[in-house]
Amino acid sequence: MGSTSAEHENDNTEGVGRRDLIKRSAALGLISVPTMSFLSACASSGGGDNGSKAKAGKKTAKNPLGVNDTAQMEFVLFDGGFGKEYAQDAVKIYEKNFPKAKVKFSATQKIQSTLQPRFNQGTPPDLIDNSGAEQMDMGVLVGKNQLADLTPLLDAASYDDPSKKVRDTLRPGIVEMGQFDGNPVWIMYYAYTVYGVWYSQKALDSLDAEYPKTWDEMLAVCEKAKKKGMAGWTYAGKYPYYIPFSLYPMIGKVGGREVLDAIDNLEPNAWKNPAVKACFEAYYELYKKGYILKGTPGLDHIQSQTAWAKGKALFIPNGSWVENESANVIPSDFNLAVSAPTGIDSSDKMPFGTIWASGGEPFIVPAKAKNPEGGMEQLRIMLSEASSKNFTAKVKSLTAFNGGTSGITLTPGLTSGVAALKLAGDNVLNPRLQDWYVQLQKEQIGVAGLGEMMAGRLTPAEAIKKIQGFADAAAKDTSIKHYKHQ
Amino acid sequence: MQHGKYRFIVGFLALPLGLYALFVVWPFIQSIYYSFTDWTGLSPEFKMVGFDNYKRMFHDEIFWKSLKHSLLFALVLPLVTISLALFFSFMINVGGRRRRGGPVVSGVRGSSFYKIVYFFPQVLSIAIVALLFAFAYNPDSGAINSLLRGIGLGSIQPLWLGDPSLALWCVMAVLVWSTVGFFVVLFSAGMASIPADLYEAALLDGANRATTFFRITLPLLWDTVQSGWVYMGILALGAESFAVVQIMTTGPGGPDYSTTVMVLYVYQKAFRDGQAAYATTIGVALLVVTLLFAAIVMRLGRRERLEY
Repeated sequence: MGSTSAEHENDNTEGVGRRDLIKRSAALGLISVPTMSFLSACASSGGGDNGSKAKAGKKTAKNPLGVNDTAQMEFVLFDGGFGKEYAQDAVKIYEKNFPKAKVKFSATQKIQSTLQPRFNQGTPPDLIDNSGAEQMDMGVLVGKNQLADLTPLLDAASYDDPSKKVRDTLRPGIVEMGQFDGNPVWIMYYAYTVYGVWYSQKALDSLDAEYPKTWDEMLAVCEKAKKKGMAGWTYAGKYPYYIPFSLYPMIGKVGGREVLDAIDNLEPNAWKNPAVKACFEAYYELYKKGYILKGTPGLDHIQSQTAWAKGKALFIPNGSWVENESANVIPSDFNLAVSAPTGIDSSDKMPFGTIWASGGEPFIVPAKAKNPEGGMEQLRIMLSEASSKNFTAKVKSLTAFNGGTSGITLTPGLTSGVAALKLAGDNVLNPRLQDWYVQLQKEQIGVAGLGEMMAGRLTPAEAIKKIQGFADAAAKDTSIKHYKHQ
Repeated sequence: MQHGKYRFIVGFLALPLGLYALFVVWPFIQSIYYSFTDWTGLSPEFKMVGFDNYKRMFHDEIFWKSLKHSLLFALVLPLVTISLALFFSFMINVGGRRRRGGPVVSGVRGSSFYKIVYFFPQVLSIAIVALLFAFAYNPDSGAINSLLRGIGLGSIQPLWLGDPSLALWCVMAVLVWSTVGFFVVLFSAGMASIPADLYEAALLDGANRATTFFRITLPLLWDTVQSGWVYMGILALGAESFAVVQIMTTGPGGPDYSTTVMVLYVYQKAFRDGQAAYATTIGVALLVVTLLFAAIVMRLGRRERLEY
């Protein structure tokens, strides 16, 4: 081969020369860290307040918040399990009440990617449903003074009855959940979720059993189910932070409200309370006796709910959204029911029926919104009985409005949820770890602690020690904001 | 004429280099800057905190775990993927038996069919692949455990993604499956350009397939292999590993942090925990790791250039 032909061949065939290669790998190296560039893309340029706030309107009986009836109101909704129809209906009422005002409504699943840059620029919308996988961290938003205090809304007259304040029409715990430290209320949770142990009444009947009130009874029911080839429990093994939906209220029932408060407050040795130990051991017994559906640690929430709906397992810890989420796999004669968690025995501090219920779908009004009164007025409309009923009828979930269930047909799960809330009365617990310390709750307590214990890779004592270590580390971590129960 | 030439070149390069500087280089400089602040990512206010984020990172156990996993990805994935791809493409292009009247060098029977089969996963987006395997790994009703039961191995029912000692390997297997096809095609193209007379000469001298591969194919393909190596390593450190870990694994991040990788950690810190500044700090660490990886591969791979 002559040198010319060799060169020629090089050009054609080899493709990548050394210099090319170096250049190319350098370029690849640069592209390979996209995480950095997209992070910074939304920063800086923090232009402060451009555009002034809308002038407040006149406060009247029909307009207690003093909404400017010509100002534009912008509303961004999370387009998730509840859809967007309920909000569109409420927007129509706003438009009817303020015909001169323009409403800019949009629904998205990408809350964070759409809104984070707008917060950074100081031009957020007036009302946001900050929910879903792309939820913006509430603790950070509050800590950085990005949210408006909703107290004016709570103290305004309610939509249906001018003699009642909005705050008096809400379900227990809703207002407290919106507080972080001190009196201001930053968040209005619109949906109302009942957490607990979900099961098929039909399956339970076929075992000739009633929902167990003590742990011995629970084990007996599981044993019965096992003999029939049915597992007692399953859970979202890949997201073990579903286990607390029944475990936390059980801890509260056994040891009293203070135990859960101490855990939320990240107090030293909060997890070493005997009630925690008793409940962990009770759950671990489910694993040891083989009452957990085989393979559960490898199932995600949908897969575990499907196995449960097919009758492979009797109980699942979950929230009231399960009825909507698994609607297409739950058989029509399933007779879905929810119960407050089973306790240990009669020496428990709180009665049977003690349940975890709290708000979902957090709505916020940004501090830098141009028309915050408009955002709050929209919320006030949504908290009316008619809008609340509309929501419940459409998406099978309760709202923060206390009532709004009469006159519409409720689904089995919803009926059972309303009954469970009635049985609970004032014994409604509201553990806050999942909104105060997301990483601690999901990744550390959930996956690394409870998930490992329920898969049999940690004993209860080891799990408690590990979780206490995580909680202590979170309490010491200066990069996260800390909260306390009032 | 001479300086006119330079003006000409500058005229062509200004726009692309400008875009590159604006959209690639500038964000880098910005992110490095943010790593010295306490920016949350949720408000425009932040202040400088010096090396606090870096100090925190060096004491962060999860960071070290994710670094370890990322390095393991960068070492094991290219090794496995490229070896497999080399083997497949050798068999497709060169490894066949000589058939009467056929060319001297040819692939195994049905090689064009295999080429399509190997390349097929490349057509699917990585998100779909990850979801697909998440179902296959389902210990209760997934394809793998069902198959095991079907062939009478019902006693072996691993938890796959639910088992801390298996989860990382499950994730790697998916990445190998989805990327090997690309390299088969890449190497096939490289092999097709190796002159057939070299193989002929080797065959005349009585070389067997293994010898042909190690003495002729691999040396002549070395540059392609090397860039493939860098490319695969970067995939393993970057976007691909993020997608599979985020979509498939427990948590995500695996049972007991067994599958967490650096990109996932960056994402979680920035978008779950509202700690964008700390996330950029980890991003800077990832940049260093990626550049080091490329440099090491280039260094190790340096050898005499063969011309043919």
